[in-house]
Amino acid sequence: MQIDLRTVTIKPLRQTFDHIARYLGTDKPVSRYLEGSLGIQPKDVFHYRPTWDPEHEIFDVRRTKIRMKDWDALKDPRQFYYGAYTSARARQQDTAEANFDFVESRGLVETLPEDVRQAAVALLVPLRHVAWGANMNNAAVCAYAYGGMTAQAAIYQSMDQLGIAQYLTRIGLLLGDVESLAAGKQAWTNDPVWQPLRRYVEDSFVVKDPFELHTVQNLVLDGLLYPLVYDTIIDQIFAARGGAAIAMLTQFMTQWSAETRKWVDATMKAIVAESEENRTVVQDWVDAWLPRAKEALLPVAAIAVSEQAPALLDEVMEGFAQRLAKIGLSA
Amino acid sequence: MDMQVAKKKLGLKEKYQVMTRDLDWTPTYQKMEDIYPYVQYEGIKIHDWDRWEDPFRLTMDAYWKYQAEKEKKLYAIIDAYAQNNGHLNVTDARYINTVKLFLTGVSPLEYMAHRGFAHVGRAFPGPGPRVACLMQSLDEMRHFQTQVHAISNYNKYYNGFHDFRKWHDRVWYLSVPKSFFDDAITAGPFEFIVAIGFSFEYVLTNLLFVPFVSGAAYNGDMGTMAYGFSAQSDEARHMTLGLEVIKFILEQDPANLPIVQRWIDKWTWRGYRVLTLVAMMMDYMLPKRTMSWKEAWEIYFEENGGALFRDLARYGIRMPKCAETIAFEKDHLSHQAWCTFYNYTAATAFHTWLPNEDEMQWLSAKYPDSFDKYYRPRFDFWREQAAKGNRFYNTTLPMLCQTCQVPLFFTEPGDPTKICYRETDYKGMKYHFCSDHCKEIFEHEPEKYVQAWLPVHQIYQGNCFPEGTDPTAEGFDPLKAVLQWYNIIHGRDNLDFEGSEDQRNFAAWRAQATRNV
Ligand SMILES: [Fe+2]
Ligand SMILES: [Fe+2]
Repeated sequence: MQIDLRTVTIKPLRQTFDHIARYLGTDKPVSRYLEGSLGIQPKDVFHYRPTWDPEHEIFDVRRTKIRMKDWDALKDPRQFYYGAYTSARARQQDTAEANFDFVESRGLVETLPEDVRQAAVALLVPLRHVAWGANMNNAAVCAYAYGGMTAQAAIYQSMDQLGIAQYLTRIGLLLGDVESLAAGKQAWTNDPVWQPLRRYVEDSFVVKDPFELHTVQNLVLDGLLYPLVYDTIIDQIFAARGGAAIAMLTQFMTQWSAETRKWVDATMKAIVAESEENRTVVQDWVDAWLPRAKEALLPVAAIAVSEQAPALLDEVMEGFAQRLAKIGLSA
Repeated sequence: MDMQVAKKKLGLKEKYQVMTRDLDWTPTYQKMEDIYPYVQYEGIKIHDWDRWEDPFRLTMDAYWKYQAEKEKKLYAIIDAYAQNNGHLNVTDARYINTVKLFLTGVSPLEYMAHRGFAHVGRAFPGPGPRVACLMQSLDEMRHFQTQVHAISNYNKYYNGFHDFRKWHDRVWYLSVPKSFFDDAITAGPFEFIVAIGFSFEYVLTNLLFVPFVSGAAYNGDMGTMAYGFSAQSDEARHMTLGLEVIKFILEQDPANLPIVQRWIDKWTWRGYRVLTLVAMMMDYMLPKRTMSWKEAWEIYFEENGGALFRDLARYGIRMPKCAETIAFEKDHLSHQAWCTFYNYTAATAFHTWLPNEDEMQWLSAKYPDSFDKYYRPRFDFWREQAAKGNRFYNTTLPMLCQTCQVPLFFTEPGDPTKICYRETDYKGMKYHFCSDHCKEIFEHEPEKYVQAWLPVHQIYQGNCFPEGTDPTAEGFDPLKAVLQWYNIIHGRDNLDFEGSEDQRNFAAWRAQATRNV
């Protein structure tokens, strides 16, 4: 039954849901991001304790050392709800697809200087595994962090990292072949160059505090890795050595890291600004993990730039220290 | 360069493997049991995660592309539906109560599925299942948000939606779906995925989503239809995951069979008890019926499920034990549920009503063995009472089943005139159940189910009144206090549909929209 309705203006009884109106202190229409994200995680009335973690409730603030009065303060400045998230990524994957096409159809791989091609394969292929680790860690942040805001952004981050691992796999296949993937994995698990980084990643797998994990993975490790590998080595050094085609293939990662940094910084800033106790907790995490990340990335940078590596990493560290300062932390 | 010539071409399956499970490696700096601490304690034995067959192959770039297209189309429909006051197109305003039931009872479960699948995805050491689970976690976020966004427009114009998040946590009948999912997410990762991935998504999904979505289609609710259909394409992936999980676990070790069988028995029953709400929705709440609950059960469970379990027989799996009890209850379930909600509608966030004569004829035809004999007389009586101004509202509190949390209104298998009560003693306390199945579930894990937050017990313990309430004060009205704590607005969200604000507004708005100027 479809009746012909005239368009009439009828007065709504209310503008949004009560939990949102209570949070904002007013009943007004809100963005899809806020409507789909504010207060969405149950806070009390849990029927049973997890059999896998009987010390805690299903969602429990005591899983972390961080204390927040309002966990929904950890908003995502990108305002990603599922629809906005997928639409942003769909556009980026469109560009990535066009870039891969461009490189392949013009045979740009064959024009790469052999040393650059080899260095790119040696550098990028093992990073598939780092991205896979980041996928796992962000899954843990999503599962165990308190608050729907953080959990939501973490599943996006997790699947982004899977996407990056898959782009890196395609790059490995394009610049090399299946054997390059196997060789990269071999290097990841055995070559001394990669062992400090692999240890860092595996040690992060046993970090239980979801906000420590957020710090260790999304702030510290990715905070150094992406500027070092993508912004500096690929976009500048390889490009200058005739490897601009590689930069086209990693454009997704460059843009992605600039974009997700906004989320990471906004959440860290809100956490640190909440209290001196929080700041100390996060600073301790940074102090414990940052030197390790730096040490782990040094031999990795050397794959591509050999003896320039320390200077390059210092430069990246300088940028990162500035970023930390803006958050309210120090390097 | 001859590198191109030497390149080995990858098949689709191999290509997906290098894009997913080949990303994984065996860690050496930390022990497997420290990285994956949750996969041992349930007793499920997995010898080789590589034997996992990917139930679908979707890389992230393709995922983003397809999903973004679906989202674009869906939100275009949602926007148009809202702009054109599409809600005035539904059959009649009673229909809107099914959407209330959906938002308050089902959508919050989508959210829990999002978190639950992230948890099990992280917990499984196998990269194949991890990828599939995490993708489902992401999909479930979609389901939750598209539902909230679509139903947001109903909330602007009708009661019974406005505090769904709080209601899901607090209100007595919503503790049925809530405790169901809490039970699953607090179980081990293997039980969770058998419970949700297989028993719920694979075996029972056609009895949950299909009735709501086709009910929406029959009753002119294009908004609900749109998000329902859009979610179905994700469901197809989730169902293949659920089925692969069962096969994989069973193929890994014969010792897994009895554990999995017990979970299937338990979760089919747990899921079925949640479907009580769907049964009454189908038979009483849709102004235009699609099919009866009984027909749906026969097609989707007895026929389709029967074929499934015959197929699984080669692994040693048999039909869930509870199927016999359910077959008996199918003539009674929806009627007993609606009668109960009709009684307790002073404490519900949706309206109830008496079926009209046409509807009663439909019920007689669909339920020839039970409706006229047991249920029509009740409705006739209540109608007489209502006509005299005595619309009956039960303001006492029902006893709840310790396991499924449904009030004890189900009848004895074989005797629809006798309420079924079961009880058991545990550590000096008595616990009550609606059925042998719920009692058995409790007895297998009493430490878990004694923790249940039973809404009625909580009310009696004084935990469900607004802060500062003095229950000893003169003239204290417990129902009023509970409704305040729930934030169910008395006279707007609750009570009979007849005379409700929803009824009045809908009639006025529709008249306005159909009148010639
Ligand atoms: Fe879902
Ligand atoms: Fe029960």
